[in-house]
Amino acid sequence: MVKVFIYPATSLILSDMVARFGHEPLGSAIGIRERIQTPGIESPPLQITPEEPKKGLKWAAVEVPSGVRGRMAVYGPLIEEAEAAIIIKDPDYAFGCMGCARTNELIQFHLRHKGIPLLDLDYPTSDEEGVGFVAAVKEFLTGLKTEGSA
Amino acid sequence: MAEYVPDYQGTVTKYVFVESPLLTPKDLAVKAYEISAGVMIKETCFGLQVTGTPEEVEPLIRAIREFDPTHIFIKDRGFPPGDERRCRANLGGARPGYLGHEFEMQRVRYISHGLSRLAGMDDTEMHTAAARRPEDERARPLDLRRLKKLIEAEEP
Repeated sequence: MVKVFIYPATSLILSDMVARFGHEPLGSAIGIRERIQTPGIESPPLQITPEEPKKGLKWAAVEVPSGVRGRMAVYGPLIEEAEAAIIIKDPDYAFGCMGCARTNELIQFHLRHKGIPLLDLDYPTSDEEGVGFVAAVKEFLTGLKTEGSA
Repeated sequence: MAEYVPDYQGTVTKYVFVESPLLTPKDLAVKAYEISAGVMIKETCFGLQVTGTPEEVEPLIRAIREFDPTHIFIKDRGFPPGDERRCRANLGGARPGYLGHEFEMQRVRYISHGLSRLAGMDDTEMHTAAARRPEDERARPLDLRRLKKLIEAEEP
């Protein structure tokens, strides 16, 4: 079982496909769950504490806004854990404030510089594209299994 | 600052989305309750939320998938159901978010089609299908340089 980072990190389709083909998806829910399930000081809504921007310094420089560093404190450990990644190019719904946009860029930057197996895809817009999408994901994930067991 | 004591510590929560012509969320909830063995299940408009320890949830999720493998989609959720910070009952209105789910649920029918077609494929066919990229077939906007050439080439 390989840990596969998914981008967009909230993607239902990618999360399902990675788990369906026998691997472990790493996405936002894993990082958020860790914070939600850890006792400490109450910091609603997502239990992101003032400590997070300090932790985020590992993945983003000090002059980067604290919002980006805070977000990277959630995603950074997951990227470090990741052994492979699947990226959907320009997902329509992964927009947001400048903090989200810069974090999305940083996530992709770190993934591409990590040297792990990567698969770039587009969301399917037809049945035929759906076949190609599923086939590409399955082939990629099956290949990971072969490398891991070799 | 208030002390934070998490609810349902050590549990995992999974979203189960069903987009099937044969199975409604209600049917799925009834089937899931029958085999749940005490795992907390919440029926929703799109499917279910399942909460329990990883050892309890994993086998249940595997069993739920089997009801309609190509039309049931599952992902992790960070919050347990009913959490005051996310539950609409406490927020005084619609819950924020779900934008991604709404977007992706428009695409899952293509994934379902892909999964059912892939079941009957051998390795060679799968490799051919995987090598195809949609950008080769999608319509593209007119290149600016080409547009400029067309404008300049126009006869007076």
